[in-house]
Amino acid sequence: MADSTTSTGSPGSRILGLTTLLGLAGLLLFAFALTEPDVRLHPTTGEEFGQFDAVRLLYLHVPMAVLTYVAFLTCAVASAGYLLKRGAWWDVTAHASAEVGTVFCGLVLVTGSIWGKPVWNTWWEWGDVRLMTTLVLFLLFTGYLALRRTPAEPQRQARRAAVVALVAVLDIPLINRSVEWWENRTLHQQSTLAELKIEDLTLFTLMLGFVVFGLVFAWLMLHRFRVGWLEQAQADRDMALAIAERHAEMETLDVDAAIGRTGGGK
Amino acid sequence: MGNREVVQVRELFTDARLVATRDLRIEARSRVLLNQVAPFALLVLVLFGFALDADQRTLRTFAPGLFWVAVLLAALLAVQRSTSLEHADDAHTGLRLSGMAPSSVFLGKAVAVFVQLIVLETLLTMGIVVLYGSEVDDPVLLVLTAAAAAVAVATTGTLYGALASGLGARETLLPILLLPVLAPVLIGATRSFDDALGAAAVDGWAWLGLLVVFGLVATVLGALAYGAMIED
Repeated sequence: MADSTTSTGSPGSRILGLTTLLGLAGLLLFAFALTEPDVRLHPTTGEEFGQFDAVRLLYLHVPMAVLTYVAFLTCAVASAGYLLKRGAWWDVTAHASAEVGTVFCGLVLVTGSIWGKPVWNTWWEWGDVRLMTTLVLFLLFTGYLALRRTPAEPQRQARRAAVVALVAVLDIPLINRSVEWWENRTLHQQSTLAELKIEDLTLFTLMLGFVVFGLVFAWLMLHRFRVGWLEQAQADRDMALAIAERHAEMETLDVDAAIGRTGGGK
Repeated sequence: MGNREVVQVRELFTDARLVATRDLRIEARSRVLLNQVAPFALLVLVLFGFALDADQRTLRTFAPGLFWVAVLLAALLAVQRSTSLEHADDAHTGLRLSGMAPSSVFLGKAVAVFVQLIVLETLLTMGIVVLYGSEVDDPVLLVLTAAAAAVAVATTGTLYGALASGLGARETLLPILLLPVLAPVLIGATRSFDDALGAAAVDGWAWLGLLVVFGLVATVLGALAYGAMIED
């Protein structure tokens, strides 16, 4: 018991962490060195066009975007589970996945923005549906995490956080629809991936990106979940300790009273 | 629907009316909305004028968006006020002990906020007509949009107000929780007003549809989730 409360690591998580690190190194090697930049020739003018080296960011950006949605969906399912079952496991899972999802979401926005500057010639595009939806999603879950950090009675906080997560996820289709109608245009070509020359190595690197970021996600989730679990255990222990101390105080007072000794005397 | 269900539904609405009347009576006596929130909303309109330009054409073009940002900011205050009523004299304990269904309380409080928002929107509409020189092209669309958006903001606001209450730092927590959720309402109501005020060529009625859907979802979700918010 004592060991399990001092660390979030285990032999399994260490192997997972090591595999993740090796995978990340491999992914960076493939994405930034071994694959070719996206350069195409215009069929009539013969001019070079394409995304050039910026395409390399997509090997990171796309998997992270997919995992952002996986994380937020996990959070919604766990939140619904908490409201139905009221178990600590659901609550800690919801909190962990929201936190990991928000980190991924932030990275998706940053990598997307860096990619957009050379390809779209702008850091930010207001009319893009996915961009705006992702930003609002990021803000929604920033609010969720702020709620999680406010001091409150744990069950009360868990219940309210669960409702916020469910509303946030239900809001996504409406945000998506409204932004789509708002400008009715998108720079996010459906064909960003389709129009690239997806050759064997490109496809392999993209798939490797999914696997590696899947591992990063699993590793972060594992540790974040364990931190949350330990936090809850610690809070429970502190509470039990405080109650035991009060009991002990009361007993001392009772004994003192029984033998006729007052608080100030010896 | 059986006899029992009919009685339950009737009770739901009777209780909701009681709560709404109580909240509105407190407002009628304290005049917080009229003396503080409404002047604040008009002040926001004036500040937009200072910040953007003295050119009325610019202001007229952006009037729909500025109007709805002013409504949302004022709505935050209205929701906070509505929530704080429950904290005064531990009123929420009284409500909980009254035996009313949480969904009745939710509907009642949302109706009270809705009525206040309609008053605010009326004042702000006069504000943009006078200050920004806006002209109403389609009054029916304008009124329906104002009502649909008020339903969406009042129901979502009431749920989130209850959600943030009883937690530390609730005054600062409410805006960051509520405003992103209301993003579709801001976009929809602005676009619809663009049409109603002739500020841009868009189909405002389609946007009104989105607002109605949002309002319905928020009402149902709020009525279902409100119990979990006030049970502690």
